[in-house]
Amino acid sequence: MRTHARLAALAVTCAVAAAAAHAEITIGVTLGTTGPGSSLGIPYKNAFQLVPKTLGGEPVRYIILDDESKPDNAAKNARKFVTEDKVDAIMGSNGVPSAVAMTQVAAESATPMVSLTPVPPLAPERNRWTFVVPQPTQLMMSAVAQHMKARGVKTVGFIGFSDTWGDLVYNAVNALSASNGYKLVTNERFGRADPSVTGQVLKITAAAPDAVVVGGSGSPAATPQIALRERGYKGPIYHNHGTVNRPFIQTGKKSAEGAIAPTGALIVAEELPESFPTRAVSLDFVKRYEAAFGAGSRNAFAGYSWDGVALLDAAAKVALKKAKPGTPAFRAALRDALENVKDVIGTHGVYNMSPANHNGLDERARVLVQVVNGEWRLLK
Amino acid sequence: MRAQAVLAAALLLATAAAPLALPEFYVTLLNYIGLATLVTLGLVVMTGVAGIVSFGQQAFVGIAAYATAGLTTLAGLSPWAGLVASLAATAASALLLGAVTLRLSGHYLAIATIAWGVAIYYLFGNLPLLGQYSGIDNVPPVSLGGWAIDSGRESYYLIWTFTAAALVAERNLLASRLGRAIRALRFRAVMAESCGVDTASLKLLVFVHAALLAGLAGWLHAHFLRFVSPHAFGINAGIDYLFMAVIGGAAEVWGALVGASIMTILKEWLKDWLPAFSQRSGNYETVVFGVLMLLLLHRARDGLAPVLARLLPEGARQRPAQVAAPAREAPPPAGTVLLEVHGLGKRFGGLVAVRDLSFAMNAGEILGLIGPNGAGKTTVFNLVGGALAADEGEVRLKGSRIDRLPSREIARRGLRRTFQQVHLVSRMSVLDNVAIGAHLRGGRGALAAMLRAERDEERTLLSEAARALDRVGLGEHLFEPAGSLPLGSQRAVEIARALAGDPQVLLLDEPAAGLRYGEKRALAALLDRLRAEGLGILLVEHDMEFVMGLADRLVVMDFGEKMAEGLPDEVRRDPAVIEAYLGGEAGDRGQKNLKPETGS
Amino acid sequence: MSADIVLWLVQDGITTGAIYALLALALLLVFAVTRIIFVPQGEFVSYAALSLGMLQTGQTPGTVWVLIAGGAIVAVLEGASALARREPARLARILAVYVAGPLAIAALARWGAAHALGLWAQMAIVAALVVPLGPLLYRIAYRPLADASVLVLFIVSMAAHYVLSGLGLVIFGGEGLRTNPISEARFDVGVLKIGAQSVWVAGASLVCMIALWLFFEHTLVGKALRATAINRVGARLAGIPAGLTGSIAFVLAAAIGAASGVLISPIATIYYDSGLMISLKGFVGAILGGMASYPLAALGALGVGLIESFSSFWASALKETIVFTLIIPVLLWRSLASRHPAVEDEEE
Repeated sequence: MRTHARLAALAVTCAVAAAAAHAEITIGVTLGTTGPGSSLGIPYKNAFQLVPKTLGGEPVRYIILDDESKPDNAAKNARKFVTEDKVDAIMGSNGVPSAVAMTQVAAESATPMVSLTPVPPLAPERNRWTFVVPQPTQLMMSAVAQHMKARGVKTVGFIGFSDTWGDLVYNAVNALSASNGYKLVTNERFGRADPSVTGQVLKITAAAPDAVVVGGSGSPAATPQIALRERGYKGPIYHNHGTVNRPFIQTGKKSAEGAIAPTGALIVAEELPESFPTRAVSLDFVKRYEAAFGAGSRNAFAGYSWDGVALLDAAAKVALKKAKPGTPAFRAALRDALENVKDVIGTHGVYNMSPANHNGLDERARVLVQVVNGEWRLLK
Repeated sequence: MRAQAVLAAALLLATAAAPLALPEFYVTLLNYIGLATLVTLGLVVMTGVAGIVSFGQQAFVGIAAYATAGLTTLAGLSPWAGLVASLAATAASALLLGAVTLRLSGHYLAIATIAWGVAIYYLFGNLPLLGQYSGIDNVPPVSLGGWAIDSGRESYYLIWTFTAAALVAERNLLASRLGRAIRALRFRAVMAESCGVDTASLKLLVFVHAALLAGLAGWLHAHFLRFVSPHAFGINAGIDYLFMAVIGGAAEVWGALVGASIMTILKEWLKDWLPAFSQRSGNYETVVFGVLMLLLLHRARDGLAPVLARLLPEGARQRPAQVAAPAREAPPPAGTVLLEVHGLGKRFGGLVAVRDLSFAMNAGEILGLIGPNGAGKTTVFNLVGGALAADEGEVRLKGSRIDRLPSREIARRGLRRTFQQVHLVSRMSVLDNVAIGAHLRGGRGALAAMLRAERDEERTLLSEAARALDRVGLGEHLFEPAGSLPLGSQRAVEIARALAGDPQVLLLDEPAAGLRYGEKRALAALLDRLRAEGLGILLVEHDMEFVMGLADRLVVMDFGEKMAEGLPDEVRRDPAVIEAYLGGEAGDRGQKNLKPETGS
Repeated sequence: MSADIVLWLVQDGITTGAIYALLALALLLVFAVTRIIFVPQGEFVSYAALSLGMLQTGQTPGTVWVLIAGGAIVAVLEGASALARREPARLARILAVYVAGPLAIAALARWGAAHALGLWAQMAIVAALVVPLGPLLYRIAYRPLADASVLVLFIVSMAAHYVLSGLGLVIFGGEGLRTNPISEARFDVGVLKIGAQSVWVAGASLVCMIALWLFFEHTLVGKALRATAINRVGARLAGIPAGLTGSIAFVLAAAIGAASGVLISPIATIYYDSGLMISLKGFVGAILGGMASYPLAALGALGVGLIESFSSFWASALKETIVFTLIIPVLLWRSLASRHPAVEDEEE
């Protein structure tokens, strides 16, 4: 009798434990696939169709929700993930305010977050749980700053989105100005959907800077590019990594020629030297993405999703040894593992995280590209 | 009544117990519903009841949210101080915006609300102090004593206490004296003015009120989400709130709750289920909501709350008890001149409607104003009552000039009128319609109404209204919707409403039209009694038998001018009058009864 | 700020203003005939622009699906009413117009996408796609409510905008684009470089404005259309087919929208959600013109373009705030200046 009871108790305990901890890993992803950020959100989402079905060997389930590019919804979705779906990690979103809103949920619920957008410096408790995939804006713009320095640029005009992204790019370029010997002379802003930026461009051309940096992204960034060229501005026009995609070129047409921008190397994977560390992974990803979504559809944002998954994969391998998915212990272990990943090769770069550095990328993670004959080409 | 009380208690219990029973995500959802309900509530009162369409409520939510977020993060003040600041900022901006835009009519107003909504959104996004497009982060939670309200469940109680209080307060407001006046604003502003309601001030009150509700929601939003960014306050949010009001039913307070709940839940549900239909990303929710709105507007323009309300038990209203009438001015002795009109003139472009009209009316007298159609009689009423401004001449009431005054001022001085086309608020009960007439006999404001602190005044007003209805013979129909009565009874309600204001001068525009013989006799008897009480009554009528038997004197108008004046018998025999009415034939036979087609 | 800069800003303001003018004219047209505040006019513009873009990249524009679906819905509605009235003979015509018609246009678009056609042929196909959307939208969303108040119709417009812009994201995607201009020529006038496409846009605005003004003020049909808006029952009693006038107005509006879209798309990047903002600004223009006269509406829109241009020079981040704040005092002035009866009550 007692043996039976103990066996029964054991069976029940196992059943309960099994029910509480499902075998598969659950990841909650919130992205702005509608709304103003949709041109980025959609590629982010597309990548999830290509990622492997396992993380660290365990089957994985991705729950992908749309947050309409709104921070409130991103936070709402994140809360839903951690309370309802009991995810092991959250990923997202494609707007800085949305990502920041999610970090709060991550910290409060002790769930690791893989951010797909750069975030400004965070409070320590939030920073603990947040891991950033994309290169910091300053890292990216440092390539531009160095290029400008090499060309002897002394004055720089800035025109960017009147939103957080514009702020981020401006702040990055500004922070790099002293050490690279240039000065920012304008801080013009424009709306993503504005049909005309003549006023802003006139201000810039009146200041006659040696170079112009555009803090936009995607096809809207073509508007100042076209306007500047039409006004007769002859100096170099630099962009940022958000502009490196096909729609920019399609919209800018002839005026887009010569635009320079930093980007993750996957955009020009074929042109990378054999020894480039991310070449193999980038080539593979780009081929598969374009096979699924059309030639020329490659873009950096899809790459971020892929890299985020790669990081989780590496971390999951370690965490699974310590705990089962679906438990707080697993989430803590995942966080610890993420914090210590070494040499994870993604499409954008090689990630080496540490407690002090939750991004882990270095200068290998960006190259400069230029629009040549209607294509983004590696700038040598 | 019992059934309603039981239902209310059950609802209250369910609301209080919800966060204990439901998973956290649903509690969060309920929090969002509560916030949306507050804003939509203001919109329901403003749009559904008072007819002021606004797509800009989200701007007030934003102003309040930023005010409290800024103060609590930058200046380190307590969230309760933030509440005061939020409401103050909201009230100030609403006063400013309302003073400017409420003068606009209908669609201009709606467009203006879109305009300032967009303007304020871009302002939020561009002020460095407010964090520009990143917004303000790390907003502290509200705390009571030492206890910080920072979990979803705790916030639930905070939010829903405010929301429930707001719902009850609004319901009380709409059931009060001011509520009746507000409900007349949308379709019957002219009538309300004629009963003494200052419609412009009332509209501003409603507007600021709605803004304050939105401001309250903004304060809660900031301290619940703990961050504020401009994206929640864009034009799409404004459209969403209006949609919620339409879904719920923009004429009922509970419509706000119904609309906010349905839209929020539907959004979540769609977000979960629609992606299963198609891999392609798209704004499917927007499409679904657009279609839903179209269907609702086509089929159920009153929204869904009335549909649900029909399923609930109705509370029976009780006849108001007889209460002593409020103090009234002693009527002037019979024979005193009450109303004098000198040289009155009005033209509309090239058409002269009234020319050089003069007459006087005394207390305790019925003066009949007759004339063929188009003679200008109703225009004279509009001029005397203040609905139109005269071009020439003057009108004096009890000796003082009233011809430059707005109709509500004239009403205050003791003159009431009825309208040729019945001006009742069809959905309101007969009693409430008549009680509008007594508007000036009470004085308690919105705050007292919301707290139900004016019950004694309410009893007095309703008792007066019931008394007036008894006098016109409609004492059995107090609680029916005014629009459901036959036309003749509606005209009687018009008269009752005028009586409820305890006037000294009564202007009746074709009161007998549409009445059956027996009703006309009762009306004549009533007017006779009123005359005996000392009222002066100016009567426009087409029914000659009615007028001849009742009026003390007649004034005959034709083509805007006075053609004859005097005792009924004299006027009846005046050849010029006969010619004007009948073309000169009947007078030859010296008939006693002139009976042109009775107006119907 | 030099004289050159002022000139450039004025040129820019006129170019943008001409875009808004096209919208203002269409909005005023619809309002004058149907009392509908037609916010979705911007969607016609963006649909046309994006359809042209898709055609030029060799894809069948997704607009065909909206057209077919719209036609199908109207076919069902009309069919149901024909059966209810026991007029089965009408069914054949209904099928031909509302089902076969859109399918034929869709086939044309498909063919046009597969063959590299000239720009004018492509624009014609886009017109064939977008113009029928006007009367279809009217029939589905507005005609059942034709007697409702202006405010209810406004809310219906918002709902229609939601549907169309939501569908826009599905069929066109989130990216914006520019199409090939009619001509790449640029004219040098002093310091100004004027692009040929801007001349086309300004020219189109002018032509529309004059045509509409002539039509509504000086022809019997135009006056009949206006009469319907002022008093529907009276117009019907006078023999004016009230349901038809709404459709006519929407055909015209959609035509102007389609023309605007294809003319604007080479000079401004259009997205699936560009429609709302340009509609609103077009509206601001129409209101500045008093909602009464076509020349004034065009002038008002020009004013908006100029204000926007100068604001984007002085304070680019706040230009939207400035444009939309300025409308309020103008609305106030307009509302006071227009001749209303002393107090106007809404119809119940």
